[in-house]
Amino acid sequence: MERGTNTVMKFGIVVFPGSNCDEDAFHAATAVFGQQAEYLWHKETDLKGADVVILPGGFAHGDYLRTGAMARFSPIMHAVRAFAERGGPVLGICNGFQILLESGLLPGAMLRNRSLKYQCEHVHLRVEQVDTPFTCAATTGQVLRIPIGHGEGNYYAPPDLVKQLEDNGQVVLRYTDSDGHISDASNPNGSVNAIASVCNERRNVVGMMPHPERACEPLLGGVDGRMVFESIVSAMAVR
Amino acid sequence: MRARVFVTLKPSVFDPQGTTIAEALHSLGYGTVADVRQGKYFELELATTEAAKANELAAEVADKVLANPVIESYRIEVVD
Repeated sequence: MERGTNTVMKFGIVVFPGSNCDEDAFHAATAVFGQQAEYLWHKETDLKGADVVILPGGFAHGDYLRTGAMARFSPIMHAVRAFAERGGPVLGICNGFQILLESGLLPGAMLRNRSLKYQCEHVHLRVEQVDTPFTCAATTGQVLRIPIGHGEGNYYAPPDLVKQLEDNGQVVLRYTDSDGHISDASNPNGSVNAIASVCNERRNVVGMMPHPERACEPLLGGVDGRMVFESIVSAMAVR
Repeated sequence: MRARVFVTLKPSVFDPQGTTIAEALHSLGYGTVADVRQGKYFELELATTEAAKANELAAEVADKVLANPVIESYRIEVVD
């Protein structure tokens, strides 16, 4: 679908104490894509009619204990879980991905980056799956350039779970070089199988370490993140 | 009673922090420190006088909150 058509959907952007990419996501949804958006404070108990929920990046609850570990006990997460179970599209970006993992809404866990450093840089990502509401505007094998910024993005799952994710096609994005090839040098954090993004079995819940909301305008150094927003807008339009 | 809960990464999970600490120790000349695993330590004050119950309660909160079962395992010591 073309941008600028009159389909308007509502983004619900969850705000935890310590979230810091909520305004970026709000800006991308509204100013860049012309959609509605509303912040959902973590103590709220309903999603205020949101068509799609974004758990933004940041350091929810200070990332005490483990990244995302405290956020899953916030009242809003009951509503997010119920929404996800009804098939509603949920996107967790960076810390939001970590929260989805800790909540059990997505499989696996995060370890400290292999480098032990906070990695803040642009990375290349190969789109592996285009049947999720957040990647349906992409083509399989397409390479995107989107920034990351995290200290714990070293995706881990035990070998049997990794096999299951690969067999089910639940690996949505992988870290690659600019040609779409996987290499140790292009894996910024040590993630198993260079996994940058996974989805649940039903494919409506997606978590990703890269920040598409930071790559929607040329001023910000790239527009490859637009694909994620274009996907969800077109996915909602055909509903 | 008190329960001490020790949470560590499972042996099968690479521990980059522990590895870095081990390398630092090696550079200091502690070559006999073969390996280091880093973990977390919790002290729980429990309003019970029964050791079995204290152990059960500590295990429950470790399973639910203190440890992430995907990557971590834990050990409990109950003390008076």
